[in-house]
Amino acid sequence: MLTVRDLTVSVGPETAPVDIVAGVSFGLAKGEILGLVGESGCGKSMTSLAVMGLLPQPGPRVRAGRVLLEGCDVTQLQPWQRVEAGHGRMAMIFQEPMTSLNPVRRIGDQIAEAVRVHEGIPGAAALVRARELLELVRLPDPKMQLSAYPHQLSGGQRQRVMIAIALACRPQVLVADEPTTALDVTIQVQILGLLRELCNRLDMAILFITHDMGVIAQLADRVAVMYAGRIVETAAVDGLFGAPRHHYTRGLMDCMPSRNSGARRLPTISGQPPLPGSVAAGCVFALRCAAVRDECRVATPPRLEASQGHEVLCAFPLARGELP
Amino acid sequence: MWSYAFKRAGTTAVTLLAASIIIFAFIHIVPGDPIYVLLGDTATPDQIDALRHQLGLDQPIILQYLTWAGHVLEGDLGRSIFFQAPVLSVIADGAETSTLLATMTMIWVAVIGVPIGMIAAVRHGTWLDQGLSGGAMLMASIPTFWVGLYLILIFAAWLGWFPSSGYPSIFEGGVVNLRYLVLPSLALAAPNAALILRLTRASMLDVSREDYVRTARAKGIRPWQVVRRHIWRNALLAVVSAFGFTFAALLSEAVVTETVFALPGIGRLVVQSILRRDYPVIQGVILVIVVVYLLINLIVDLSYRLLDPRVELQ
Repeated sequence: MLTVRDLTVSVGPETAPVDIVAGVSFGLAKGEILGLVGESGCGKSMTSLAVMGLLPQPGPRVRAGRVLLEGCDVTQLQPWQRVEAGHGRMAMIFQEPMTSLNPVRRIGDQIAEAVRVHEGIPGAAALVRARELLELVRLPDPKMQLSAYPHQLSGGQRQRVMIAIALACRPQVLVADEPTTALDVTIQVQILGLLRELCNRLDMAILFITHDMGVIAQLADRVAVMYAGRIVETAAVDGLFGAPRHHYTRGLMDCMPSRNSGARRLPTISGQPPLPGSVAAGCVFALRCAAVRDECRVATPPRLEASQGHEVLCAFPLARGELP
Repeated sequence: MWSYAFKRAGTTAVTLLAASIIIFAFIHIVPGDPIYVLLGDTATPDQIDALRHQLGLDQPIILQYLTWAGHVLEGDLGRSIFFQAPVLSVIADGAETSTLLATMTMIWVAVIGVPIGMIAAVRHGTWLDQGLSGGAMLMASIPTFWVGLYLILIFAAWLGWFPSSGYPSIFEGGVVNLRYLVLPSLALAAPNAALILRLTRASMLDVSREDYVRTARAKGIRPWQVVRRHIWRNALLAVVSAFGFTFAALLSEAVVTETVFALPGIGRLVVQSILRRDYPVIQGVILVIVVVYLLINLIVDLSYRLLDPRVELQ
């Protein structure tokens, strides 16, 4: 459905580019939810914006790599250009439902606008479809809400509206950039449930970006762990949580509080992620890795297939079940 | 809505009262005497006393204020000491010129400043934007009298397209007399259009970084529709209030331009009345200007309500 190959996003001058996303590759099958997880600044949002063609301008740019939607090259295409080229069936929802809707236009208007673009339904007829979409995302009283303004809705309701807008293009791929981070926990659960349900019902693939391992465990089918602009480990959710192979992934999981962790201090990964462009050679995680060896500092780590569908970017991955 | 109107009227009344007291006090603190302006150096003390008594200027200042305020409440702004005519008719003469001049200026500002500001914002970072923004900076920096003098030189003296000075009322000569206001309004429009241009540009750029603009782009609508449907109206909020204050300022503060073009406007009326110590006219004009500012403020607030559904009138 969606294939991303060696995507590289850079900032800075053409002659000395700094890669904030460095050679990211992943695939997304029909009806699959891929969780892209990583800490702040690891490049996960930049990856999602680059895939959508929404990188802020002027600013970061796609320097290399390909984005294929159903086999068609949509790299560098902004959404409107993609629509023109006939590849409009990819949509995105964002982190901040409070600021992601235009405050001076009615909800119905904002959904109908997307409907008109993608379905070619002119004028007020698009409002009928807008109402269907609001029913699809289970917004209470959809007929009333069509004429409401965003400030009259709660955060969770606004995120439902955002999802309705995204669904207007009947997406095959939905890019969700931390859509529940700004919401209360109870609302978060509802929105995650809605996304799972829509994914199954509409056979839609979701690229779900988050920093929350818990959300990934709950929602995703597969996980890609990102660190310093690279995907360091990819696996099915069970495989990754059962037996993480990358030392960074392992460290992330150790940081998660669990019910039987008691009152002891949670472990942390010492140090800071490297600044983009500051690692000249070797593994980007070498500075913080507990199992670092001399080779790690000089040689670029290989991408190993640890087991079927489980890839890890490390020369000396953890063995299955091994403790660091 | 009605409670809003009452509250608004209440604050307006208090503001007017405070303004009138301040105006009255300051004018009488300024040294100088209208009696000498009227009678000249040769007047006898008897003549001076007689006129002072006749004009009521021999009474305590508080009594003078109360008398004046009482008449104002009855709709009588008094008589001009210099013109020997009702203050209201003196102001009305100036107001015709000033209102038409300010309106014509605002039309230029709107048709030049806003669209060019939008173009600069849409093309921001390009040579076109830099040229337009730089040009605007230049226009905002040149004094209006300089622009006015060159407009007179080129379009009145050399080309003869427009008259260079004066303004005969449109009520006497018909609408063609508006041609007298073309050059002065252009001179006034130059710096104001430049400021509105830069404000429109900055405001559009601010809005274009908003999350909801990214949402609009994600929908797949064309760039110019993103501008038209999502950026423009939100950017207009900042521009509207600037429009209000610019208009109010043009009504009362166009002194220099009115002088260059010899226009009988409000700005010149105030300055000349101050020089003549024509107390009733000064008080009257300033009171009218205060009312105009309050009204324009009200209109701006009401237009906010139209542009932004989040604004509640309370």
